[in-house]
Amino acid sequence: MDFDLMITSFPKLLSATVVTLKLLSASLFFGLFIGLFFAILRMNKNILVNKFAYGYSYVFRGTPLLVQIFIIYFGLGQIEYLRSTILWVILKEPYWCAIIAFTLNTGAYTSEILRSAFQTIKPGIIEAGKSLGISNKIIFYKIQIPIAIRQSLPAYGNEIILMMKGTSLASTVTLMDLTGVAKYIISTTFKPIEVFIVAGGIYLFMTFLIHNLIKYLEKKYSFQ
Amino acid sequence: MELLAFGKTGWGDELFYATLMTIAVSVTAMLIGFIFALIFTPLKLSKFKSLNLIGNFYTTVIRGVPELLVIYLFFFGGSGAIMYVASIFGYFEYIEINAFITGSMAIGIISGAYSTEVFRGAIQSIDKGQFEAAKVLGISKFAQFYKIILPQMLRLAIPNLSNVWQITLKDTSLISVTGLVEIMRQSYIAAGSTRDPLFFYSFAAVLYLLLTYLSMKLINKLEAKYSRGY
Repeated sequence: MDFDLMITSFPKLLSATVVTLKLLSASLFFGLFIGLFFAILRMNKNILVNKFAYGYSYVFRGTPLLVQIFIIYFGLGQIEYLRSTILWVILKEPYWCAIIAFTLNTGAYTSEILRSAFQTIKPGIIEAGKSLGISNKIIFYKIQIPIAIRQSLPAYGNEIILMMKGTSLASTVTLMDLTGVAKYIISTTFKPIEVFIVAGGIYLFMTFLIHNLIKYLEKKYSFQ
Repeated sequence: MELLAFGKTGWGDELFYATLMTIAVSVTAMLIGFIFALIFTPLKLSKFKSLNLIGNFYTTVIRGVPELLVIYLFFFGGSGAIMYVASIFGYFEYIEINAFITGSMAIGIISGAYSTEVFRGAIQSIDKGQFEAAKVLGISKFAQFYKIILPQMLRLAIPNLSNVWQITLKDTSLISVTGLVEIMRQSYIAAGSTRDPLFFYSFAAVLYLLLTYLSMKLINKLEAKYSRGY
């Protein structure tokens, strides 16, 4: 056991954690909107709209995140037309490509979580709102959405943890996140176990924090 | 379409073999995972606190750390660990383990953690009366598990195990970083030599979708078989 290496690599890994957290928070933030958007589409009565939303979530949940990142980072750059548009400013940066891939991926999972949450809302609650003369729009925003968010908290907590682990794939497109720096240190010192303990410890600590935050929120917003 | 031709001109046969490799790694990893689950599920359900702790440590660490980090640990640390063990027995030559074994070991340990949780949940949701009735009838512990608990457990576990299978299948794409030629690695090679990454990575996505779709069909049949009578 090389304790010196563990101590000297800790600050490097800690500063790489900032990159991981940035990737995570950005993709979760955008992913929530995309998830909500597609969950609403899924409840649409129009079969075409419905099938489109289903196809989106099916494709993104059925393929590995690595493929999605590679298609966006390596694949989209191949389209000549795209290179001349303003989008290229974003797509040439690995950082933004990773965020786009993570956002679309977490959006697909979030849409499934929210859809099932919307479906478990008792019809009686909506009927009660209607009989009180509340407009459909306000029923949706003030009754359905808050209940759905509460219902989906446990599942969404898991999704946050999965996404945090998913951000490690950013290292495959040259980003130096926590896993990227850990791999760099391992490949220069050939001491995989020491680095794994430190980097794994940081990841576990973040998992622990997220887990407890969700538990606290669940308690705070419980129905009883 | 010429890009996918079989033979020397296209990448069809290479990608076909790569797909077989992905299936082979996933199945091996899933089986290794079952072995781990077989060891750690009893530990998690044990009455002894210290054994519980070991079981919980395994599932918590593996499920809380990114898969890629675990793969790097095995890729860089695997042969070192084997060589250390070999040196105890007086063997000092360089040993290189093959990428298939390292990869399926790493993915197997990850999938084992998920399987353990699935089995634990399934056993815990079996009615307590079943255990007590078996005890009262004087059935041996072994027969109790194989004839009473296991059949009921499988019905409850299969839907969740199908999720574990999907996770394992998708995780195998990460082994491409170690150089094992499965779908992702082959697409990377093909994309590099033809300068057509968009096509090959999209095709890889289609292959993965096909695999998940076909395995879902198969699992649904299995599920129907084990839930007869319910």
